[in-house]
Amino acid sequence: MSSATVERHDAAHSDTPILTLDDVGKSYGNVHALRGVSLNVRQGEVTCVLGDNGAGKSTLIKIISGLHEHTDGTMTLDGVECRFPSPRAAQASGIATVYQDLALAPLMSVWRNFFLGNEIHKGLFRTLDIARMKRICDEELAKMGIIIPDLDRPVGGLSGGQRQCIAIARAIYFGARVIILDEPTAALGVKQSGVVLRYIVKARDAGLGVIFITHNPHHAHLVGNHFVILKLGRVVLDAHRDELTLEQLTTEMAGGQELAELSHELRGVDPGKVVTPAEVEHGQVEAPARPQEEEPSA
Amino acid sequence: MTATATEPGRAGATRDDRVASRSLAARLLSRPEVGSLIGAIVIFLLFMAVAVPFRNIANVGTILYGASTIGIMAVPVGLLMIGGEFDLSAGVAATTSGLSASLIAWNLGLNVWVGVILALVVSVAVGAFNGWLLFKTGLPSFLVTLGTFFILQGVNLGVTRLLTGNVATADISDMDGFVSAQKVFGSEITLGPVTLKVTVLYWVVLTLIAAYVLLRTRVGNWIFAVGGDSAAARAVGVPVKATKIGLFMAVGFCAWLSGMHLLFQFNTVQSGEGVGKEFIFIIAAVIGGCLLTGGYGSVIGASIGALIFGMTQLGINYAGWNPDWFKTFLGVMLLLATVVNVYVKLKADRR
Ligand SMILES: Nc1ncnc2c1ncn2[C@@H]1O[C@H](COP(=O)(O)OP(=O)(O)OP(=O)(O)O)[C@@H](O)[C@H]1O
Ligand SMILES: [Mg+2]
Repeated sequence: MSSATVERHDAAHSDTPILTLDDVGKSYGNVHALRGVSLNVRQGEVTCVLGDNGAGKSTLIKIISGLHEHTDGTMTLDGVECRFPSPRAAQASGIATVYQDLALAPLMSVWRNFFLGNEIHKGLFRTLDIARMKRICDEELAKMGIIIPDLDRPVGGLSGGQRQCIAIARAIYFGARVIILDEPTAALGVKQSGVVLRYIVKARDAGLGVIFITHNPHHAHLVGNHFVILKLGRVVLDAHRDELTLEQLTTEMAGGQELAELSHELRGVDPGKVVTPAEVEHGQVEAPARPQEEEPSA
Repeated sequence: MTATATEPGRAGATRDDRVASRSLAARLLSRPEVGSLIGAIVIFLLFMAVAVPFRNIANVGTILYGASTIGIMAVPVGLLMIGGEFDLSAGVAATTSGLSASLIAWNLGLNVWVGVILALVVSVAVGAFNGWLLFKTGLPSFLVTLGTFFILQGVNLGVTRLLTGNVATADISDMDGFVSAQKVFGSEITLGPVTLKVTVLYWVVLTLIAAYVLLRTRVGNWIFAVGGDSAAARAVGVPVKATKIGLFMAVGFCAWLSGMHLLFQFNTVQSGEGVGKEFIFIIAAVIGGCLLTGGYGSVIGASIGALIFGMTQLGINYAGWNPDWFKTFLGVMLLLATVVNVYVKLKADRR
């Protein structure tokens, strides 16, 4: 996971992208969520997609995973122009996704969710091979560092992080060419986040293309080879790892100038200050105002 | 970072000692059909106690016959409900099927079997149409199939009157192929004191096949998923449309089976028949533990629900009670069953 490994892999794999988006746009009615986005996902590289809330990151990966169809531009897979009419078609091309909202059926058991859409069957009557599916599911979850003793329990009763682990383990197990992770570490503990980052590196080293969406610049900088920052549906930065330091990346993610302002503003807040408990009317906590707009009354 | 730490493995995972393994009893109790099974036993004991003819073994055949005519439809309707959709046209669709077979065969002077096969095509097409309309309009299936319910009801009456000048089809019992077709759809066998209608066989076989499909095949997995969360199911690659349209077509197929029994049992079909049955099928499925919201349930349960119906219908008669109260009894039973289902499920999940 040192930069040496990264360079070795950049050299080891061909530079032709598996997946290319060219000038792709997507409108939801009158909302233009994506405009003119170009992106290359290369084998053995982690492409980090970063940006504010509502920047269009999820929209972007939903196009790649077949959930939405793009309204402009072209997508090419292995040099052939393609358009996925359904997530099933994308999966058939080896693209597996962890969605931000996880896509688990709450009333179904853990192992049924894990294999949903990819069930293993055997014999003449195509009977589900339940024993084998449970075993694989158990192993894959154990590798993530979580133990769910009863795989027959409905997913709806698990903790948010456990559910997220199931979705991630599933995508990693079934991803054959491209793995897409939309904020996979959002609900995870430190240990599981570490496991996920290691998995991302493993998948990259195994020669898969990884698209990693996160709001955490540290995570992005740890594993990313390529960084794409979206803002209001457009690409505002597309840079290789060598061209950016962690500080630069953090600054870019926060929108450059805005972070400097924020740190200036927050420095004014006295960390040692303790306020006596008081009752506050509903709606009486003031919105933090920008200094240039209004002087803080505190 | 050491080599061992880089390898995510079992070592990192310790057993969670807060979760005790669940006892067999708790696992059995958390099955969706448990509530209906308890209900069936209670109702069985009740009528055994109060209705003398109920104890007569010869009446088993009659009770099972009543249950089977409901069960043949409750099974696919239950599957459909687990898949998250309703079919309010299921009752009249059976009549449509019987009418089609009879009218086609009679008016064209064909072998009865030609009518039977064409009726199958009509029934499955009606199911497929329901499913197609569901996705085309994006409306809830409750509304879509309410529409088909009224359409079919009108068509049944209108076409029958147009072709026969009557509200029922002509007697086809002297036509070619009737005897063999009646063997298939309306025969009965006698086992000792019990006479069983062939519908009982169909009911049991359908239940077993449906239970197998639901719990042991990938299609079953998809049915649970599209009912539980169809957006999530689509996102992970389940063919949602195909699954749901397939379920509607399965209802169509069973409506055909049911319609053929109607036809060959009575030789003619009344065009107004079947209205109101759709709710009976849905109620049987709900009593059997199928959630109205989809994603959970059991076809074995739906069949037990049908059995409860069969027992109640005849039990009330045998006990000499006023049959006017049948529907009231039904309503109470539906409420009780749903409450018991929810209660048992809560209890079992906590164990
Ligand atoms: N189904 C939809 N219909 C209409 N507008 C949508 C839909 N989905 C997303 N949008 C809009 O598209 C824009 C981009 O949304 P998207 O979910 O891609 O953001 P994001 O970058 O993933 O944000 P976050 O970091 O909060 O996950 C937003 O303005 C959002 O309101
Ligand atoms: Mg998002």
